[in-house]
Amino acid sequence: MRSALPEELGVNERMAEDKGQNGSFEQRLASARRKQGLDEAADGSKQSGADNSSLGVGLRVGVELVSAIVVAVAIGWWLDRWLHTTPFLIILFVLLGGAAGIANIWRLVGPKK
Amino acid sequence: MAAEEHAIDALGQFKLTTALGPLGASVNFTQSNLMMLIAGGLILALMYFGARPQAVVPGRLQALAEMAYEGIRNMCLDQIGAEGRTFFPFVFTLFMFVLIGNLLGLLPFSFTYTSHIAVTLSLALTVIVLVTLVALKIHGLHFFSYFFPKGAPLLLAPIIIPVEIISYLSRPVSLSIRLFANMVAGHVMFEVFASFILMMAASHALGSFGVVGAVGPMVLNVALMGFELLVAFLQAYVFAILTCIYLHDAVHLH
Repeated sequence: MRSALPEELGVNERMAEDKGQNGSFEQRLASARRKQGLDEAADGSKQSGADNSSLGVGLRVGVELVSAIVVAVAIGWWLDRWLHTTPFLIILFVLLGGAAGIANIWRLVGPKK
Repeated sequence: MAAEEHAIDALGQFKLTTALGPLGASVNFTQSNLMMLIAGGLILALMYFGARPQAVVPGRLQALAEMAYEGIRNMCLDQIGAEGRTFFPFVFTLFMFVLIGNLLGLLPFSFTYTSHIAVTLSLALTVIVLVTLVALKIHGLHFFSYFFPKGAPLLLAPIIIPVEIISYLSRPVSLSIRLFANMVAGHVMFEVFASFILMMAASHALGSFGVVGAVGPMVLNVALMGFELLVAFLQAYVFAILTCIYLHDAVHLH
């Protein structure tokens, strides 16, 4: 949620200032179209990290790891019960779940592509 | 005398009871449902009365409605790309529902419906089912290449594919646990500190010193309220932006 309001006020002020002059109209139209996503952005710098506040990242990291293990344990337990292989698959899936959790975190904090 | 028993009932506040008298009781209409209806009504009212003036210089209500609308629209466009316009109504609804739910829960005598995993998991499953359907519709069966990144050695496939599938399935879980855990933790802390106030003020051992000492947890609770306001916004924002990121993955596949 970036500063949507000041932007809007700025546009309104500029419109009030140079109304009648069509000189910058094309520019303003182009920028407005770009903002609406109607034209492809000229610069490829659109990709921004999710939320770069350290609080947001900190809250996410722990949950990502835990939830991957939770899902893996659930799958392993269910497969074990179904295939009567207790406890081998749940052991395997705990390991896979840990790997998936690390993969989640790597996707979160690792270098952006 | 709850204060004398030294028992803090921190989780009792999350118990569901029926609302709207005998009529609500007969259909199990809980106070959680009631708060959801109120939240929906508030959102509709905000957007209706916010959009009605259509002033060039917006009033307070219009500014609020425009900020919410434009903030989420920009987020959709930034995160998903041009296709974000298609998903904007969904993300906006989700964001507002979670945000108003979090904020309503901070009012005294109200109930936080986002503090129940049943609610947050339903929302998260809706998101994940939508994301999967969108990916299948756009990419067809090519979607399943998502579970095996291009360029990875084929020898590692037995490891990478299960890990990627678990990682994909953990999304709704992490999405729902994050929101639910944050809300529960905040409200439990409120309850615990509020109990400290009563315990200290009613304590015979501390006497009148206890009343003075009770100011401590009260100040903490006031500070906590500010923090919880931040968390309410942050969690709604995180919920919405993660939905956008998952939709981006579905639309663009890496």
